[in-house]
Amino acid sequence: MRHPIRRSAQAAVAVATLSLAAACGGGFDDSAEQQDSGSASLTMLIASSGDAETQAVQAQVDAYEQESGNTVDLQVAADLSQELAQGFAGGNPPDVFYLDASRLADQADAGNLYPYLDQVDDLDDFYPNLVDAFTYDGTQYCLPKDFSTLALEINDAAWSAAGLTEADYPTTWEELSTVAQTLTTGGQTGLVIGDTRDRVGAFMTQAGGWFLNEDGSEVTTDSPENLEALQYVQENLAAGSFAYPSAVDAGWGGEAFGTGKAAMTIEGNWLVGAMEADYPDVGYTVVPLPEGPGGAGTLSFTNCLAVAADSDAQDAAVDLATYLTSADAMTALTQDTGVLPSRQSLADAYLEQFPERQAYVDGAEFAQGPVNAPGVEQVLIDFDSQLGGLATGDPQAILESTQTNLEQAIGG
Amino acid sequence: MTAVPAPAGGLATSPVREPGRTRSKRSSGQNAAGWAFSAPQVVLVGLFVLIPILMAFWVSLTDWRGRGSPFSTGVGFVGFDNYATILTEPGLPRQDFMTSLRNNAWYVVFVVPLQTAIALGLALVLNSKIRAKSFFRTAFYFPTVTSSVAISLVFIFLFTGGGAVNGLLGLVGIDGPNWFSDSRGLLHLAGDGLGLWDASNPPAALTDGGPLGLSWWDWLSGPSIALAALILLVVWTSAGGYMLMFLAALQDVPADVQEAARMDGANAWQRFRNVTLPALRPTLFLVTTLGLIGTWQVFDQVYLISQGNPAKTTLTPAYLSYTSAFETGQWGRAAAMSFVLFAIIVVLTTVQRYVMRDKDAIAEKKAARAAQRRRSSSSRTTFFHAGR
Repeated sequence: MRHPIRRSAQAAVAVATLSLAAACGGGFDDSAEQQDSGSASLTMLIASSGDAETQAVQAQVDAYEQESGNTVDLQVAADLSQELAQGFAGGNPPDVFYLDASRLADQADAGNLYPYLDQVDDLDDFYPNLVDAFTYDGTQYCLPKDFSTLALEINDAAWSAAGLTEADYPTTWEELSTVAQTLTTGGQTGLVIGDTRDRVGAFMTQAGGWFLNEDGSEVTTDSPENLEALQYVQENLAAGSFAYPSAVDAGWGGEAFGTGKAAMTIEGNWLVGAMEADYPDVGYTVVPLPEGPGGAGTLSFTNCLAVAADSDAQDAAVDLATYLTSADAMTALTQDTGVLPSRQSLADAYLEQFPERQAYVDGAEFAQGPVNAPGVEQVLIDFDSQLGGLATGDPQAILESTQTNLEQAIGG
Repeated sequence: MTAVPAPAGGLATSPVREPGRTRSKRSSGQNAAGWAFSAPQVVLVGLFVLIPILMAFWVSLTDWRGRGSPFSTGVGFVGFDNYATILTEPGLPRQDFMTSLRNNAWYVVFVVPLQTAIALGLALVLNSKIRAKSFFRTAFYFPTVTSSVAISLVFIFLFTGGGAVNGLLGLVGIDGPNWFSDSRGLLHLAGDGLGLWDASNPPAALTDGGPLGLSWWDWLSGPSIALAALILLVVWTSAGGYMLMFLAALQDVPADVQEAARMDGANAWQRFRNVTLPALRPTLFLVTTLGLIGTWQVFDQVYLISQGNPAKTTLTPAYLSYTSAFETGQWGRAAAMSFVLFAIIVVLTTVQRYVMRDKDAIAEKKAARAAQRRRSSSSRTTFFHAGR
């Protein structure tokens, strides 16, 4: 706007840099030549929630350097997907990097990943559904470093003010509707949930539905179960006992919850840290999500330590990834960062330390990971944008269009 | 852009080219020197602009997934498939792209005239005899030199549901919308307010069909309230910069012509309409062209404030292209989008250039050329006769 010419120049330079990086990444047909044995030098690209997390990772990386004799250059990305894209295009990606489960299929399908789980001895200690989230087309790619699940958070003060007791914690959809209605008063909404598949999707799993079937081979979005879930959310939105954050002038569920605009919200364990930092005086209780007609259901969010197919020191990279997901390192890394350990054997010790996170850990058994298929991101973004208008929209039409678009994306 | 004819209205007389002048050896030597002097720049532009553009065009013809070089043997050539996906094949990719074009078109329709008019208005005010001129000049120019990141953040706070803007609206009894999360289209709302249609139950004639995957109802939505907030932001930011261009041009309008017009009895409006405005024509062309190009490439405000939300009403081609490439790895499609955007900008700028051309100057030039032709043909005839 302000300086169109300068802007196009910037754009041109950006394109130029990227294309040149791509072209000059060591010839046009470079294959990864492995570094000779001996000490390897690795680069690791991570996304960090803040200084505490970065320092925790750096401490583990330092310990690894001491033990292995390899050197590791730890880089914190401001925009992980963009920096990864530049690395892949230049043929010089980081050897080890964080990869979100929702991005796995795209990266695996593009051939960017080196699968190493066949070299891991104690794979069965990791939650199987987390490993499934990093399995694409029959290949298990990378180790989940930690995870988060959704649970129901309840504001204690609002709860008792409405005359409710512990016995009233909702365990079914009907009970959730009822308490949400009871808790909706004046400036307070019963339940505030984010208007995306990452929150509303939990109701779909509780109804027994999901976007794809179990092995991801078939699109099952337009199903009676999913319709039931969307209709349930729609009814409550229309009744005013559920609301999206934007409707109560909040950025996300946690903000609405912390400021008292919501008596309940559905968020993951990251809420614990956010509440401590921003709303330390709000007392709240975390309970499992209520069960729907299809039983218990929640969603999981997880990152793995991926190794690049174009890494020139794959063995050392796998070594680093397994080191950072070992029981000791994982215990240290899940200490201050609010995430849950992805090894089942660590759950007891973790819960002893953080008993209030029981509901999150319990979700691990049955949590549904993100949609695991390549090329579906735009379709899911479209689904999200339609969810924004769910209150007055047609759930059947939303599911039908998403079904068609997903089939087209996966088929083509 | 720079080859703008001299202002019309007899303010300047274009020099008549000397007839029959041919290239001499000396000028071809000058040509070589010219090339030598511009060579470094030509090489730089070629290396960092031209070649990358050609490479990007190649990417738009492939199914490159962003791994390794797009010129390696593993990359498949798909012809114009990527263009077909976003332009002709029914489906979500085309729907998204058309939605982004729709949004951006409405954005341009509002931003360019508004910012040009406001910039001109401010420049006229500053060019008159007011006090504290340099204070106002700085104040108006200030938003332009401020980082768009900072401005965007301030606007997020101004336009939240309980923000300052709604607070002010509340003082006059208006219950303001939740700006950046309101996807209702302004034209839909206006039509609803005037009783032309019911926005919650739109007429079937408009929703049933329409070109390029969107219904007429969608095309004619107007900017959403969220996009309108972005429009306000951008107009506020950029008007000051263009104001400076107008101000510079205004100070070049010859005072004697103004005075002559006054002597002839022209009132203020007539002097503005018939003397000032024609003199500003080159600047007006420059400002609208820069505005047109800039507004079709809007990216940073969308990236910072709305990420295409709500309901995709702030999605723009530049932002969609970015997410297609970096978020979802569809590099070919993203490159195709940017070339379609490029084509749109070129076509629109050409149309604008044609519409805003200086008809008087062209007529003058034509007359001059005709005169020259007559002269040279007559001189040739003379020569021919003399030779006989």
